[in-house]
Amino acid sequence: MALLELRHVTRRFGALEAVHDVSLSVEAGEFFTLLGPSGCGKTTLLRMIAGFDQPDEGQILLDGKDLADTPPEDRPIHTVFQSYALFPHLSVADNVAFPLKMAKRPADEIARRVREALEEVRLADKAQAYPHELSGGQKQRVALARGLVNRPRLLLLDEPLGALDAKLREEMQVELINLQRNVGITFVFVTHAQIEALALSTRIAVMSQGVVEQVDEPDRLYCAPRNRFVADFIGKINLLDGHVIASGSEGMWLEVAGLGKIVMSSVASSTHTSKGTLAIRPEQVRILGVEETTTAENCFQGTVRDLIYHGDVTIYTVLLANGLPFKALKPNSAPGRAKFFEVGDAVRVAWPKEAGIFLDH
Amino acid sequence: MATPAFADLLKFRLHKNLTRWLVSGPPFLFLLLFFLAPSLIMVLASFRYPGEFGGLAPLRDANPAVLQGLTLETYRFFFSDVIYAEIFFKSFGMALATTLACLVMAYPLALLIARSPRKHRDLMVLLVILPFASNFLVRVYAWMIILGPQSAFAHAIGSALELFGITPVPLLFSPVAVLIGMIYVHLPFMILPLYTNLEKHDPVLLDAAQDLGANAWRRFWDVTFPLSLPGIFAGSALVFIPVLGMFAIPDILGGTRDMLIGNLIKEQFLGVRDWPFGATLSIMLTLMVLAWAGFSMWLARKWSHSHA
Repeated sequence: MALLELRHVTRRFGALEAVHDVSLSVEAGEFFTLLGPSGCGKTTLLRMIAGFDQPDEGQILLDGKDLADTPPEDRPIHTVFQSYALFPHLSVADNVAFPLKMAKRPADEIARRVREALEEVRLADKAQAYPHELSGGQKQRVALARGLVNRPRLLLLDEPLGALDAKLREEMQVELINLQRNVGITFVFVTHAQIEALALSTRIAVMSQGVVEQVDEPDRLYCAPRNRFVADFIGKINLLDGHVIASGSEGMWLEVAGLGKIVMSSVASSTHTSKGTLAIRPEQVRILGVEETTTAENCFQGTVRDLIYHGDVTIYTVLLANGLPFKALKPNSAPGRAKFFEVGDAVRVAWPKEAGIFLDH
Repeated sequence: MATPAFADLLKFRLHKNLTRWLVSGPPFLFLLLFFLAPSLIMVLASFRYPGEFGGLAPLRDANPAVLQGLTLETYRFFFSDVIYAEIFFKSFGMALATTLACLVMAYPLALLIARSPRKHRDLMVLLVILPFASNFLVRVYAWMIILGPQSAFAHAIGSALELFGITPVPLLFSPVAVLIGMIYVHLPFMILPLYTNLEKHDPVLLDAAQDLGANAWRRFWDVTFPLSLPGIFAGSALVFIPVLGMFAIPDILGGTRDMLIGNLIKEQFLGVRDWPFGATLSIMLTLMVLAWAGFSMWLARKWSHSHA
């Protein structure tokens, strides 16, 4: 049985449907992420799981038991808030002790568990400090210790890394994964940052406008997005819309207006549709000089419109014959060379027929 | 070019100093003239003899029969009679009772306003300060009518007391009437600082407390109340100190026997015309308020530490 199960959950605010018919199940021990742009309903969903909001329709079950009549204070679910929500009048130790005090644990047990929790997040030396004396990363760790100390069945994290700078963010990501593995508590993590979601999660639910678009493991989401939204939201991708003109065992041909025919591996489910899209990641596309030869089946002329130098790689945007900007990634692995092409250079982009994903909607 | 930069810096400094003086100068001068100087005059007056027809006796007089120079006579007099200590004690009790009653009444109201939708808050705050729009004395006189023997209120209280077999006592001209008047006048001074404090509380803290297992009772006592302590202290000071020196309300609503320090001091200056003794009483009052403020600050610090 799933630890947390959402069955056809819908939440409306006036005419707006913030969450529409969401069904999900989270297994014990998972690092489950709700990923989506702001306003997609992921925070509303989190508030309903915590108990601060009630679904208009559907059920939320924990260990198979409906939570509808359980107020937030009685749910074995704790939250790490985006703003941390540390109590400013309490020391770090007292903040962490708060859930244990509310659960009326004996004093010696509270002292021991607070010490353990603070050691877990490497803040034992800050026990007597007050929240205003801590850095952002330290506050974050206190909030985590406070959320975990009473061993909830589920820990909800509402964009907890949102307020940290990039470097600290990366450190905290590693720390979060380790912490979750050590304590073995199920995490439900909310974020709009897809890189964070890919790095941390066991599974990800991609949400858009109140609807769950796809639930999958990070690599499945990246390599096999189910639709345009997921493909576009996770990572960078090129989308070429066209008509299916031929399909057989040796391949499928797509006619793209102003560009020509594209060949790709045939997809069993797509034989019925006439319209379709090829989604292809920049790292699957080779960028070549005009005189270079290639064995790839698809090869198109274009000019470099702009390039973004990342150090390890450069991402070129090539303007194709149909006026479409097309991204290609090239590693800067050749010694002594940072850039291969300049803006305005005539180039070709090429990819084999096995590359890319066919999206039929 | 270092020199112009230095000149610029100097000009900037001068400009900054000038601005500082322009801003802080007038209030500084005002307080110097109208607060510090009179206070010093009071201290000086307390060490002198009363004049023959009020005011102060001259420091030096050609006639040796006239009282002159400085003396500790008024202080000796103050400590010679237990009645003054009693009046001080009674005034402290009245101030304490008023402060506590105001706190108990103001807290729920301030909380209600702070948690109301933003668009209603301004109106409610306006209603709290609305009594200030009419004259203070007029409002206290109105209580004379409400508490008077002919009023429906007095009748209702009387009948209620009779139900329990207690002989009704007149409300007006009693310590109870004074307490009611004190509470009524000072209630807004408790509500406003409390509201200002409560309104600033981050509602997410209450969510966090609830999320971590705190029911409504614990959320109040473990989060809202300790965070509102600065507001409680500010409001208590704003009620306690004026009540301690108040003479108009006991004059109007209190009986002749219910004299508080404020009335006593007023009597010395306007009735008995013993300025030095009036000054002594004022200084004793000021010292006591300072001692009380020091004590409560010490208490507050100790309290917040024991909770830390």
